[in-house]
Amino acid sequence: MTAPLALDGAGEDWRLHLSGDWSLAGMPQIDVRLKALPAALHGTLVCDWSGAKTPGIGPAWALLLRLAAMGARSTGGPAPGAQTTASALTVRHTGNPPHFLGLLTKLSASHHEFHVASAPAPSFEGSLGKLGRWSVLQGSYARGVLDFFGRIVAVLGAVFTRPRALRVSSLARHVYETGVTAIPIVSLIAFLISVIVAYLGAQQLSRFGADIFVVDLVTISVLREMGVLLTAIIVAGRSGSAFAAEIGVMQLNEETDALRAMGMNPIELLVVPRVLALIIALPCLTVIADAMGLAGGGLLSLLKLHIPLPQFTSRLRESLAPTTFWAGLIKAPVFALLIAMVGTYRGMQVRDSARELGRLTTVAVVQSIFLVIFADALFAVLFVQLDF
Amino acid sequence: MNVANATAAASAPIIRVQGLVSRFGAQVVHDGLDLTVMPHEIFGIVGGSGTGKTVLLRTILGLRVPQAGTVELNGKNVGALTAAERSALVRTYGVTFQNGALISSLSVAQNIQLPLREYYPASEEILDELAQLNLALVGLAAEDGAKFPSQLSGGMVKRAALARALALEPTLLFLDEPTAGLDPISAAAFDELLLYLHSELRLTVVMITHDLDTLFRTCSRVGVIVDGRMITDSLDGMLKNQNPWIREYFHGPRARAADKGAQADKGTNG
Repeated sequence: MTAPLALDGAGEDWRLHLSGDWSLAGMPQIDVRLKALPAALHGTLVCDWSGAKTPGIGPAWALLLRLAAMGARSTGGPAPGAQTTASALTVRHTGNPPHFLGLLTKLSASHHEFHVASAPAPSFEGSLGKLGRWSVLQGSYARGVLDFFGRIVAVLGAVFTRPRALRVSSLARHVYETGVTAIPIVSLIAFLISVIVAYLGAQQLSRFGADIFVVDLVTISVLREMGVLLTAIIVAGRSGSAFAAEIGVMQLNEETDALRAMGMNPIELLVVPRVLALIIALPCLTVIADAMGLAGGGLLSLLKLHIPLPQFTSRLRESLAPTTFWAGLIKAPVFALLIAMVGTYRGMQVRDSARELGRLTTVAVVQSIFLVIFADALFAVLFVQLDF
Repeated sequence: MNVANATAAASAPIIRVQGLVSRFGAQVVHDGLDLTVMPHEIFGIVGGSGTGKTVLLRTILGLRVPQAGTVELNGKNVGALTAAERSALVRTYGVTFQNGALISSLSVAQNIQLPLREYYPASEEILDELAQLNLALVGLAAEDGAKFPSQLSGGMVKRAALARALALEPTLLFLDEPTAGLDPISAAAFDELLLYLHSELRLTVVMITHDLDTLFRTCSRVGVIVDGRMITDSLDGMLKNQNPWIREYFHGPRARAADKGAQADKGTNG
């Protein structure tokens, strides 16, 4: 393989021979050889293009930039002859130079160094400064969330004076999408989890001959915790992400701006129906999950522990306090509010790019699951304190 | 790329479409469409809404498989290429899409570097130089390279998309509605940019446009899709065509104004 360029000559008289592949594909070799050229030259340089095969625009540009750095103030056009003498290095192109050389020469004349990936300025911020910046940022986030919540409440308040503000058809669609279509997966998971709990519980309890307490284990764990928590987590993954993505794409397409420009409130049209729909759907799903969980526990008790169904139900009645069922269900609307608000809020935050959409959808799911579990912990403490 | 090659290739068409049939269910969009584009032309495609201009472009690019007919680019049948041949062919043309289709999570310079990185891996320095070259070619400042697509105006998006299309040094350029949505000054500036690049870089340009000013200012030949077929002619020929739709298109009130403007332009320029 021949070197793409070779410099010969001395003193004031230089010749640059170009040869080999001068297309974009040859760029890496060309770049290496260009860097090996002397930093500055004086006199005249004749650039001979006769050996260069398929000269490309990019390599020619790199050559011109390098020549300019070497001291050529004007590198002349493709026509041999026309030159300026005011520069330290006068360059002449011969041997059928490419037709675009004139254009590139013009562009390189107005060219100045600019690095695309410029490094950020070094910061001398101490850890205290970072903490302060972080606190201010968190404060503004909190204010944003509060503002968002306030807008939702304002719309809900407006419903009393203007019933049309409640978008019934939209509400029905979201109840269907977040609730009805989630029934199979919620049922299946509640059933399986309670089978697992009962199975593992039975193994431990049968050692003490306390098989019958499997019923207590299943009913209390499913009704108080498992039913509502698992349903909320499934719904956060299914619907929280869907809310964020739907509203996020509408943000990217300027659909929300269009709504605002038409005098409509995106909170009223997009956010409130989703929040209300989930507040309706999640308790219903929780009831279904509770029922499926009890069914799973009952089935396992029958098959594995040979507890007949009438005995299971009578034990169930004994083990249940009147509040057990409600202690689970009362959490559902709160979880629903958290999931729906996080999903729609993150969706409304999407700006500018597809990557933001993906990032905020992920954030929506992660945060809503975290908030659900956190709220559940608070409820647990509260119920113990209240002896509920 | 040099003069001798360009004249030798001038006899062979750069695009040849024969007997193209495109159907969507029962709806027939193209019914035996033929099209030939010669090197160094600026070829404009016009037609009413729904006559399949974008479908034609997508078919030529190989993004859509037609129900019948062949598409040849540089003498190669687009429908019968191996993956390697396809990848080589794709590098010979550049495309801009209607809304720019810049990757929203990358800066303008990174958008330009995207195809370069894919096909010609090189050092960051070279890639930066090439990004600056393409920005300069389309008349964007080097500083614009650091901006993200969402920070650009409509005209700048079109220019940035053109810069990305030029990155692989294509000989053939496809433009889908390059001046749609631009103000008249930006659109006129884009026309001039296109003519400038066309003459300096010896490009062949195929564009879909509804902008009559662009059509009159830049195109050397025009193809009109009527009833699923293409009628091609020079602009002067089109103006004399008796087909009712073509008459309506080129003799409507907006066309007359655009024609007058173009005549005045040519008068002052030459």
